Amino acid sequence: MGHGRQAVALDQTNITGIWTTMLRYVIKRLLLMIPTLFGAAVLIFLLMRTIPGDICYLRLAAGGGSVVQDVLNNCRRELGLDEPMLMQFWAFIKGLVTFDFGKSMWTNRPIVDEIALRFQLSLQVAIMATLTAILIAIPLGTLAAVKQNTWVDYFVRTFTIAGIAMPSFWLGILIILAILVTSKAWFGVPWMPPIRYVPIWQDPWYNLSMLIWPALATGYRYSAVATRMTRSALLEVLREDYVRTARAKGLYEKLVINRHALRNALLPVVTVVGIEFAFLMGGLVVTEQVFNLNGLGKLFVESVLNHDYAMTQFLVMMVVAIFAFTNFVVDICYAWLDPRIRYTR
Amino acid sequence: MKWKTSVLAIPLAAAFAVAGLGAPQAQEPKRGGVLKFVVPDEPPSFDGHRETTFALIHPIAPFYSVLIRPDPQDPDNPAKFQCDICTEMPTATDGGKTFTFKIRQGLKFHDGTPLTSADVLATFQRIIFPKEGISSARQAQLSMVESVTAPDADTIVFKLKHPSGAFIPALAAPFHFIYSKAKLDADPRWYEQNVMGSGPFVFDVREAGARITGKRYDNYHHKGQPYLDGFEAIFAKTQTLRVQAIRGDQAAAEFRGLPPKSRDDLVAALGKDITVQESDWNCLLITSPNHERKPFDDARVRRALTLAVDRWGGAEALSKIAIVKTVGGIVFPNHPLAATKDELQKMAGYWPDIKKSRAEARRLLKEAGQENLKFTLANRAVDQPYTIVGTWLIDQWKQIGVEVTQKAEATGPFYAQLRSGNFDVALDFNCQSVVNPLSDTSKFLGTKAGDQYGRYTNPKIEAIHDKMNQTADVAEQRKLMREFERIVLDEEAHNSISLWWYRIIPHRSYMKGWKVSSSHYINNQLDVVWIDK
Repeated sequence: MGHGRQAVALDQTNITGIWTTMLRYVIKRLLLMIPTLFGAAVLIFLLMRTIPGDICYLRLAAGGGSVVQDVLNNCRRELGLDEPMLMQFWAFIKGLVTFDFGKSMWTNRPIVDEIALRFQLSLQVAIMATLTAILIAIPLGTLAAVKQNTWVDYFVRTFTIAGIAMPSFWLGILIILAILVTSKAWFGVPWMPPIRYVPIWQDPWYNLSMLIWPALATGYRYSAVATRMTRSALLEVLREDYVRTARAKGLYEKLVINRHALRNALLPVVTVVGIEFAFLMGGLVVTEQVFNLNGLGKLFVESVLNHDYAMTQFLVMMVVAIFAFTNFVVDICYAWLDPRIRYTR
Repeated sequence: MKWKTSVLAIPLAAAFAVAGLGAPQAQEPKRGGVLKFVVPDEPPSFDGHRETTFALIHPIAPFYSVLIRPDPQDPDNPAKFQCDICTEMPTATDGGKTFTFKIRQGLKFHDGTPLTSADVLATFQRIIFPKEGISSARQAQLSMVESVTAPDADTIVFKLKHPSGAFIPALAAPFHFIYSKAKLDADPRWYEQNVMGSGPFVFDVREAGARITGKRYDNYHHKGQPYLDGFEAIFAKTQTLRVQAIRGDQAAAEFRGLPPKSRDDLVAALGKDITVQESDWNCLLITSPNHERKPFDDARVRRALTLAVDRWGGAEALSKIAIVKTVGGIVFPNHPLAATKDELQKMAGYWPDIKKSRAEARRLLKEAGQENLKFTLANRAVDQPYTIVGTWLIDQWKQIGVEVTQKAEATGPFYAQLRSGNFDVALDFNCQSVVNPLSDTSKFLGTKAGDQYGRYTNPKIEAIHDKMNQTADVAEQRKLMREFERIVLDEEAHNSISLWWYRIIPHRSYMKGWKVSSSHYINNQLDVVWIDK
């Protein structure tokens, strides 16, 4: 890193050159997203059609009772399922390119309307869990590295191993039960977090009293990964020559850790945080069920079970796009922070 | 039909729970409050005529009126239906073939437009004689109707092809929401995406995947009702969460039904704050051997499978862990058309001596050359009660040396398998709303039924069923029903029944006025429900 900074200092005479290089790099990364998205589109389109079952039959008869063949055929025609596969794929790709995402096959309502509220919720949980993770991980990881092989380090390691080993949904169930039992013991009446979502700008207290628990449950596991990453990265950086130099210059230890060591150690942590954030947007399937969060993960599972091709395809593409975009941002940050990456592209 | 309160594991808490019940009838209903309840699923559309799921009834039925309905205070009385928007229950004329209903005057939809017999006519035309492209899930149940007419603004006349005891219960199905003719004329599918009825509550909000809410309709035709200011149906997929929601008072009830363990946990945690109502449930799991696949084309093998099952012994054990309880035949237990215990015990699979029954099963398998029978049981990957009953059946069959593997799959692949005929034996279900044995038993008609996956045809049972549905004489119906049942469950063993489901509804004691029924589809308009907080 120290070497990288020197390189940046040397290169400041040619600002235009840096911007041109960066722009070329950004365009290249953006173009590389296209085959990724197309590959994902092909994969999800084919995979969905390999699952046995029929959305029309499920929608019209799985609750009991019979349905006549004409009605089933009519349903399939309406949903475009009687079209050749290639035509169906073309319609799917055309919809993506023109931002016309169509309707859910299950509810026959616009996909955008169906996911609007769920997206808000998932985004808020992802942000809250990420904040929880960062607030726990960076101080704990730093402390563990600085106090390596002391009781503090052992405690942090135990805490993080427990976090990695413990599934979030199980922790969620424990949290709910603990709240029910303690509220009953303290107030005589069992209390449970709300089970329906209200946006934060409508009722912040209600909103937070619902979402703080899943954010803690997922944030804990997430923080465990990030804490271990912070610890190991910081331990590595603390052994670097420039840290020794900083200490030799007589700088305060706090300054050495915060300004010289920690900032450089955070690069891999940022990567982990970025990937985890993208995962939280669509991957909280079980935790959402535990807390009755009407989020994207739950919708994902329901749409697969309902054979709602349109909704599943859209959700997969959305999650792939979020991952691709997060990676893009992380790459850009890397390139901006570390000139070696910029110059080698 | 029996319904009772609190069969509880914890006696002290049970005493509290029982004390909480029985009181509603004595108390004067109070106005106000919003009832919150949890619903395990979200309906695909809002159209009651099209859908078959309880997930539609629980949040949507309160927005609509129906022509007739089971009495909310006595919902399982097979002889007690009451008018919702008609003035009085009609007496059949024309030798039992014509039913003339008078419609209440001054009825209005929630948008202020008048509700007349023209709307009722348009509704039942859509249900019984749907136009192309319109899906009507209960068309077959009203197939005895020849015509529906509205001679004037207050009268609706149903003319039947023949007298039928199945007509009135079929008409009282809770899915028969009265729609506006004007809306249907403008767009026959308008009701799939929209709600506008004349029921006790006016549609307020739908949040996709989260909840549906309703507000009190002040011009509701049952004077003084509804008592609630509104309701909130919250969708909650997992059972654990629904139970905890009731425990933590985020919801007052769940109207589908919970397993015995959840009931006991709630009673232990809440004592007098929880009331439990229980009832036999008009749902059953049916074992369907694939008649097109060997050796299940052999009646001896099918009979052996039902003879191996100890229903009387299993009922007691299973009812402690699953939502099943009562041993019964083809007809809902305790209905006038149902087999008595003596009649049941004469049929294969219901003999009181299980040792004798299993010895006969082994003999039949030997005779059919299937002593080492092995097969796969196709089942739905749903715990209550599918996989639990499936596991129990496997153990029962093991007692006669039959080795069975359970293949539990999600609903989509499960039905794909059944419809393609690619299975040995399947565990299918039959869930109906208003108890209507003449119609409910059509599931056992084989291929003709449309939703029977056993892949058999039997003209003899079809003839009996037709005859049974064309007589108004209850004694004759009963006699024919026994014959039908004997052939389906014993002689041919086309299907076998495990146990009838058992509905357990633990709800907050402050929710009053609601009575459990034999179906999770009925008694959910909420107009008689009130809150005593």
